[in-house]
Amino acid sequence: MCRIGAIKSKKYLHPSIALKLMRSQQKGHDNSGFAFVMQDLGGIFNAHKDLPTLSLAATVEGTRRAEDILHDLGFTRVLQWAPEINHQKSLKIEPMPNYVFETFQYPKSHKYATQEEKEELLIDTALLLRKELEKDNSGYVYSFWPDVLTLKEIGSPKDIGTYFGLWEENEELCAKVITAQCRQNTNYDIVRYAAHPFFLDGYTILANGENTFFEKNRDYQRSLYKGYIGFESDSQCFLYTLHYINKILKWPIQYYKHTITPLPFEEIEARQDKDILLRIKASLSHLEINGPNTIFGVLPNGEMLCVCDSKKLRPVVIGQDDDTVIMTSEVTGINDIMPGRDIAKDIYPNEKETIIVKNDLTVERWKQ
Amino acid sequence: MEAVNITNLNLDDLPWIIEYDESKCIQCGKCTAVCSFGAIKPDVETRRELSNGLKKPSFHKVLVIKQKVSYTHHCRGCGMCSRVCPNGAIKAVRNPNDRYSVRYRAAKAESLKKGGRSNLNTEGRTLDKIKIGRISQMTDPSLDAARHKFELRTPFGRILSAEKLNLHLENNNMELSTKLPPNRWIYPILMGDMSIGAVSWRMWEAMAIATAYLNEVMGLPVRMCTGEGGIPIRLLKSKYVKYMILQIASGHFGWNRIIQSMPDMIEDPAGILIKIGQGAKPGDGGLLMASKVAKYVQEIRGVPKADLLSPPTHQGLYSIEESVQKMFLSMNAAFNFKVPVAIKVAASVTSVSVYNNLLRDPYNIVGGFFIDGLAGGTGAAHEISLDHTGHPITSKLRDCYLAAVHQGRQGEIPLFAGGGLGQTGSFAADAFKLICLGANGVFTGRLLLEIAGCVGNDTGKCNSCNTGLCPAGIATQDLCLTKRLDIDSAAQNIVNYFIATDMELKKLMGPIGNSTLPIGRSDALITVDKHISNRLDIQYAC
Repeated sequence: MCRIGAIKSKKYLHPSIALKLMRSQQKGHDNSGFAFVMQDLGGIFNAHKDLPTLSLAATVEGTRRAEDILHDLGFTRVLQWAPEINHQKSLKIEPMPNYVFETFQYPKSHKYATQEEKEELLIDTALLLRKELEKDNSGYVYSFWPDVLTLKEIGSPKDIGTYFGLWEENEELCAKVITAQCRQNTNYDIVRYAAHPFFLDGYTILANGENTFFEKNRDYQRSLYKGYIGFESDSQCFLYTLHYINKILKWPIQYYKHTITPLPFEEIEARQDKDILLRIKASLSHLEINGPNTIFGVLPNGEMLCVCDSKKLRPVVIGQDDDTVIMTSEVTGINDIMPGRDIAKDIYPNEKETIIVKNDLTVERWKQ
Repeated sequence: MEAVNITNLNLDDLPWIIEYDESKCIQCGKCTAVCSFGAIKPDVETRRELSNGLKKPSFHKVLVIKQKVSYTHHCRGCGMCSRVCPNGAIKAVRNPNDRYSVRYRAAKAESLKKGGRSNLNTEGRTLDKIKIGRISQMTDPSLDAARHKFELRTPFGRILSAEKLNLHLENNNMELSTKLPPNRWIYPILMGDMSIGAVSWRMWEAMAIATAYLNEVMGLPVRMCTGEGGIPIRLLKSKYVKYMILQIASGHFGWNRIIQSMPDMIEDPAGILIKIGQGAKPGDGGLLMASKVAKYVQEIRGVPKADLLSPPTHQGLYSIEESVQKMFLSMNAAFNFKVPVAIKVAASVTSVSVYNNLLRDPYNIVGGFFIDGLAGGTGAAHEISLDHTGHPITSKLRDCYLAAVHQGRQGEIPLFAGGGLGQTGSFAADAFKLICLGANGVFTGRLLLEIAGCVGNDTGKCNSCNTGLCPAGIATQDLCLTKRLDIDSAAQNIVNYFIATDMELKKLMGPIGNSTLPIGRSDALITVDKHISNRLDIQYAC
């Protein structure tokens, strides 16, 4: 069973906090990888928050091809940053040759484009890059989006931290929202794309659990949107359903829970909105999930989300102080990095709740 | 040399031979009285007593039970005689040298008719070669079938994709903007599809009572289909009609009374099923022999006493588009677009084409696709149809589901599969596997008859529903024979079977960790047969 963490703060935080959050929860994962997504970036990326940043792990040839493709599309680079690598033979890590974090100016053709048109361009470009680099496994495109930075690697989380120098706090690399997981997907092949968190079109998802309706979800999602691809992990389905409900269908976020874990019939029958809920249950039955799950998400507006499976079969706790809210699998992680908080304010969500962490850090608890 | 007429029907031509033990017989007469086919009779035989040659041979007469050698009064192997014999003096034994079907055609110049089921070799059933092989153990827990809550409900009625629901926002809540096709959540096992006429009114009533009990007392929303033979007016005008799916087939039997009663109905029926074809005899219409057209059958159907043949096709419907426009639209309109209208077809190489056409119909008015496999039952059919036409259900159900998946339209027209389910004993397992392969639900008819006491089987035992002489009182309208069926016991047995099946379905859902129906979850299945693995796209295991 893996452990997950999500941090939202009023202050810019270094990703070392994510490593520390997950360290004491290590017994629950197998040290097969570490991945994080940083959003609402500070440090050197703060100056270009409106421009897309490419997060890429690739070979030399893969990096060159990715840059050529972007160049051909009219993107121009405005910023490049690479982590300082500490090569040590003893580190348990299977690194890619290059880690590229580059921010680009939009093509001139998109100078007067609407926000929607720009987003469409970024999604198409990310899909194209992935497709091209997949041909010879020369690289992995994790995200290409404004104000978002993603790193995923195979190996021991501690050693990955050392390799990338992530244990040392600095002001170059920081963000107000960090989501992280210290484990590769172990149900299927260990591949970089299978590591949580997953990112698409402004939405981030990471999960602790098992989606036993994976096949149903996948078979349906494949036809819903061009960006629903990969399926290296059964948890990607949670991301695609969130995106479909909120972005494509434009339904309010409370209907995410109604879609993935619909209420039992006897409860629906007693509700005023039963007609709507029964229609959702019928029309989106192939997006229903089953099995044990805790799901964390980040929405395009920066708000954080937490929902659980309908039987609450996986752990989750939410701790908070004046500056920061942390969601994670086990309370030991929060105790480590937020020892002085008021533990009476800790929240242990139940199976019917949707937790939303607003941008002012107020925590809302919605009952399904 | 003794002359013998070898073209006559002979005892050893018959499919079943009566074995009679004179020494055990007490001449009570029960066996001859019980035999509904009149296949045995009391008779007198002469016996010669052996002598030592000094005396003249002596003869005496003995009373015996003798089998008739007849095209109409031959033994069907139902075994009623041995059931009533107090001493086990008589039984029917299968004749391995049976030549009856050759003799019958040669003598009568007509096609051989049968009832019940075809002579199927059930050892090779596809469903029996599939196991539920994906067991939740560590990362995802299996569920406790006795303690966890399970939801065994499936939608019946046309389902629109989320984009087409046309919802609008009001105060951050969604509201319906337009009227949507009727949709009901029902139990995934439907019963019936057998008419009053094909089965006795007592059998039909037992099923209707069981349906009402399962709904009202057990809380299982089981739906029963009337079959093409109408429905009693009293039931039609009662609240219980909401559990009934009214069937219309090419004969339109019973619909005159249904339409006339509509103003007085206090509830909508559960649905309408337009029967286009039947798995046991695809391409052939319904057949009710005159011997079963009792007075009340005449009244319900509005017909004289005669052989009742439904045409093989619905007259006037020459395309799928036509059927959608004429029949589905008119049936929807008849019930004010508040009742799901579904279609039942025989499984066929062409089933996917029909399903695709219905999926793409712009009116969204087809609310269910029932596919009937070749192992299904029938009241009466020509043996040639029964034994040699049809398509197995499993691959065809899978084809239809995957065709919908290919278009991203799975679930829009719910799929229901039937035809020979439970043949080898485990109905819940068959139902579960078909659900994993993509069925929203399953339907069964013949199994209900077996629950009520039908003695036939898939290897030629009895299967004489066409004769109107059903020894179990199930497929007959003979007043004496129908008395053999106790309505309340039959209803109780059906209810019990559903309760057991419900429990068994949960015992299969628990291990794969699902609390709702795993419709289309074929990753839960494995097969030990490579061909089945390839054909159904499920994992091969060995």
